[in-house]
Amino acid sequence: MDYEVVIGLEVHAELSTNSKIFCSCINEFGGDPNTHCCPGCSGMPGVLPVMNKSVIEYAIKAGLAMNCTISKFTRMDRKNYFYPDLPGAYQISQHKYPICRNGYIEIDVNGKKKPIRIHHIHMEEDAGKLIHSDYGTGTLVDYNRAGTPLIEIVTEPDMRSAEEARAFLEKLKAILQFIDVSDCKMQEGSLRADVNLSVRPKGQEEFGVRTEMKNLNSFKAIVRAIEYEAKRQIEEIESGGVVYRETRRWDDNKGISYAMRDKEQAEDYRYFPEPDLPPIIIDSEWIERIRSSLPELPDARKERYVREFSLPEYDANILTSSKVLSDFFEKAVQHSNNAKAVSNWIMGDLLRILKEREMEAEEIPFPAEHLASLISLIDKGIISGSIAKKVFVKMFDTGKDPETIVKEEGLQVVADENAIRKIVLEVMENNPGSVADYKGGKTKALGFLVGQVMKATKGKADPKLVNKLLIEELSK
Amino acid sequence: MELYELTIKQLSDMLKKKQISAVEVTRSVLDRIDKLEPALGCYITIVAEKALQDAENVQKDIDNGTLRSPLAGIPMAVKDNICTEGIPTTCASKMLSNFKPPYNATVIRKLYDNGAILLGKLNMDEFAMGSSTETSYFKKTRNPWNVERVPGGSSGGSAAAVASGEAIYSLASDTGGSLRQPASFCGVVGLKPTYGSVSRYGLIACASSFDQIGPITKDVTDCALVLNAITGRDEKDSTSANIEHPDYTKFLINDVKGLKIGIASEFIGDLLDKEVQKAFIDAVDVLKKLGAECEEISLPSLKNALPVYCILAFAEASSNLGRYDGVKYGYRAKEYKDLEDMYRRTRSEGFGPEVKRRILLGTYALSAEQYDKYYKKALQVRRMICDEFNDAFKKYDIILYPTTPDTAFKFGTMTKEPMQMYKHDILTMPANIAGLPAITVPCGFDSNNLPVGLQMLSKPFGEGKLLQAAYTFEQNTEFRNSRPCLS
Ligand SMILES: [Zn+2]
Repeated sequence: MDYEVVIGLEVHAELSTNSKIFCSCINEFGGDPNTHCCPGCSGMPGVLPVMNKSVIEYAIKAGLAMNCTISKFTRMDRKNYFYPDLPGAYQISQHKYPICRNGYIEIDVNGKKKPIRIHHIHMEEDAGKLIHSDYGTGTLVDYNRAGTPLIEIVTEPDMRSAEEARAFLEKLKAILQFIDVSDCKMQEGSLRADVNLSVRPKGQEEFGVRTEMKNLNSFKAIVRAIEYEAKRQIEEIESGGVVYRETRRWDDNKGISYAMRDKEQAEDYRYFPEPDLPPIIIDSEWIERIRSSLPELPDARKERYVREFSLPEYDANILTSSKVLSDFFEKAVQHSNNAKAVSNWIMGDLLRILKEREMEAEEIPFPAEHLASLISLIDKGIISGSIAKKVFVKMFDTGKDPETIVKEEGLQVVADENAIRKIVLEVMENNPGSVADYKGGKTKALGFLVGQVMKATKGKADPKLVNKLLIEELSK
Repeated sequence: MELYELTIKQLSDMLKKKQISAVEVTRSVLDRIDKLEPALGCYITIVAEKALQDAENVQKDIDNGTLRSPLAGIPMAVKDNICTEGIPTTCASKMLSNFKPPYNATVIRKLYDNGAILLGKLNMDEFAMGSSTETSYFKKTRNPWNVERVPGGSSGGSAAAVASGEAIYSLASDTGGSLRQPASFCGVVGLKPTYGSVSRYGLIACASSFDQIGPITKDVTDCALVLNAITGRDEKDSTSANIEHPDYTKFLINDVKGLKIGIASEFIGDLLDKEVQKAFIDAVDVLKKLGAECEEISLPSLKNALPVYCILAFAEASSNLGRYDGVKYGYRAKEYKDLEDMYRRTRSEGFGPEVKRRILLGTYALSAEQYDKYYKKALQVRRMICDEFNDAFKKYDIILYPTTPDTAFKFGTMTKEPMQMYKHDILTMPANIAGLPAITVPCGFDSNNLPVGLQMLSKPFGEGKLLQAAYTFEQNTEFRNSRPCLS
C-alpha cells in the first residue's frame, strides 16, 4: 500500500531583544553560569514579571511577516510543571489567546509552490539549562537562559515530506533573520523544532495517530528523524501493529528515536491566566506602525532579483534563503555592475567553499566589496577566469583583497605581445608534432598548443592574445 | 503615658517639637517587646540593634531637616511575607525558615525612604493561609485582649503587635480578610486598599489576584498617614494602578451628613453572633444619628463568595507555591532517591497541613478535566460579584457590614474544621474578590470584652470616602480609647 506522511511543526525561536522577557537582565547567549540572571528570572519569591514591550513588537513583526492576523486582545497564561531548569515551577506562556493566528508561509520544493498554514504564534519564556557536573555526582542549574523571550510557531499539518518540512524551516529561518527578530542559530538552540508526524494510506481523509519528536538540533537531524519516523510508523502498521500517540526523543548519533517515559509526557499543565500581568491590548495603529517598518521579505527580494537582475528563479531563491547571503549579494552588486557574475560566484565557488569548509555565510572572511573587485579584475582583463578562481580561494584563506593578492603573487595577465610571442615560438619548437598536425588540417591541435602556452605562463597570459599569436605564427 | 502607647501622629508631633528622639521611641517599643513577647509571641524576627542604629541615623536627618515625613523615626514592623533585604523572610514556614531575600519589597523601600524604623518581622499563618496564626511553623501568637484567644489571621502578629504596643503600626497583607479579621479581633484599625493601590513587588504571593498590602494602625488618622507613604504606581508590579493618589489625610473630616450607606442584608441575621449583631446595629445607629443615609441593600451573589474564593485563591496559591521545590533556596529534604523523590519529600516536610490542603484543592481546580467546572465558572461568578458591587456603588458611597461573624475564638477551635475556618472569612472575602478597598474600625466589645469590628467597603480607589466615614465614626465613639490590659 502507498502511504502519505503528514507533518506539522512546532518551532521555537529565541528573540534577539536586548533584555529578557520579564526582567531587565541581558539577553545574550553564553556567559558564565548564573551571571545573566536576577531574583526575577531565577524564581525568587515576591518578585513579579514585567512584560518587555519589545517582545510584543517582535512577535507582531513575525506574525505580519508570516501573514497572520494579530490579536487585538492577547494575554499570558501560566503553564505549571516541575523541573529544576524552570525556577518558578511555571512557565509564563500563552494558551488561550495567542498573539498571532491564521498565517501562512509559501515554500518552494523543486519549483512547486505550496502554502504551509500557520495555526498560531505565541510568546513565552525559555527555561534555564541543567549542567551535569564534572565534579562529583550532582546536577547544576544555570539560569542564564531562563527568561529568554521565545516565540513558538505552530503550523497546521500541511507538510507531506521531509523536503517540505526542511523547505518550511529554511524559509521560516530566512524570514526571521530578514525581519531581524532572531538569529536562528540551531547550534546555539535559538531555533528548535518539534515534529508532529503521522502516516495514512494515500487517499484517506482521516489523519493517522501522530507522534511528537523532540531534540532535533539541525536541519539534517530533522530530515533524518522524519524519514526514520515515517518508515517506523509504516512498518508498524504493515506488520499489524499500532502507532501510539506519544512523545519520542531523537538520538542523532544512533539515528533512531525512542518513546519517552510515560512520566515525561501527557502532563497536565494546569494552564490559567497569568494573574501578575494584565492583558495586552494591541491597537490597529500599533500594528500598522510595525507593518510599515517591516523590511523587504525574502519572497519580495527574490522577485526583485528576477526582475531587476534577470537572475534565474532558482538562483534568486537560493540567494534569498539567507539574510547574510542575500545582503552579501546586494552589497557586491552595489560595487559591481555585473549582477549576473556576482550571483554566479556566490552560487558556484562561494557556496562550494563554505560547504567544503563547513562554514556559515556569517563566517565569510572578506567583505562583499572584495567580490566586486575580483569580478572587475576579470572584466577588465587583468586576470583570467582561472586565475580568479585561485585568487578567490586565497581571499578565503587570507581575507586580503583581490588586488593585493594579484599584485603580491604577480598574477596579472601578461599582455606583452613580444613576451608571449617568445613563449609561443618556444612551445611550437617543443611540440613539432602538434604543429605538423595543425598544418595538416587538424585544427584541434590549436587547443593543445594554447593550453601549453597557458601552462608555460602559469595561466597568466591573455588567452585571446595567445590564440591570435599562435594562429599568426602557425600560418607563417 | 508611655511612648509605645502613642499614635504615629502624636509621636511625630513630639519628634518635630524635639520633645523626644527617635531612639527614645524605638527604645520604648523595644522594651515593650522584651516585656510582652514571651506572653504574646508577635514576632518571628526582631532586629533591635538595626532598629536603634536606624533610629539614630533617622534622628540626624530629622534634625538637619532632610526628613519631614510623619513616619520618620516611628518604629514599626511588617508581616513576615514582605521581603526585607538581608533580614529573614520566612512566611512562617519551615520551607523558608532560612531565606534572606537579597531585595526589599517596594513598600519597605518606601517606608525606609520615609524614615520608618523597622523593628522586625511579624508572625502569621504559614504562607498567609489560615485565620488564627495557628498554622505558623514557629509559634502561636496570643490575642492581647485575652491570651486564651487567637489574634486572628493570617496577619495575627501584625494586629497583636499594634494592639499591645509592640509596634506603633504594622504592615500586613490581605488575601481574603487576612488583615481585617485580625485587626478586628485585636481592636485596631486595618485597611485593605484597592487592588493595585499598593505595589505587591516583594510580597511573597499567596493568591496574586487577591493579595494586597495594607496598614494596621491604632486609629484612622495613622491609617491615612501610612497609606500616603505606601500607595502609588510601581513599574515593578504591572498590576499596580497608574493613578494619582490624593493626600489621604485630606479625608480626615468629621462629617458623614448625606453620605449614602448601604447595609448588606445578606450578612445580617443567622450568620452573625448575637453580640456582634448588636454592636453592628448600634454602629449603624451612630452613623444614622450623624446624618448618614443608611438603607438595606441586597447583594445576592455574595452568597457565592466562599466557593469563588476557595477555587480561585487556592488555584493561584497552588501555582505560586510551586517554586518551593528545594532546588534553589529554602528547605530541602535531607535524603532522597532521585529528583522526584526530592520534590516529594521537600514539599511534604517543608509545608504544613493547611498549605498542603490548599495546594491540593487548587491543583485539582486547575486540572484539565475540572477547569471548566470549577476555575472557569468561578471566574464568571467573580465577574458577577464585581458587577453587583459596581451597580451598588452607583447608588451608595459605602457598603457596611461587620468584619467578622464572631469575635476572637479559642485556640484549636478552627484548625480541625477547615470549612468552618474558611466560612469564618465570608464577610471579608468579597472585597478581595472584587478588588475593593475595605476598612475595619473597632465598634464595640462582646460580653467577654473581646473587640468587634465594623467593616466599610467602597468603590475602587474610594479610600478617601472610607477614611472619612471611618474617621467620623471613630471621633464620635470611644472604642479607640480602649486598650487591652497587659501587665
Ligand atoms: Zn533577570
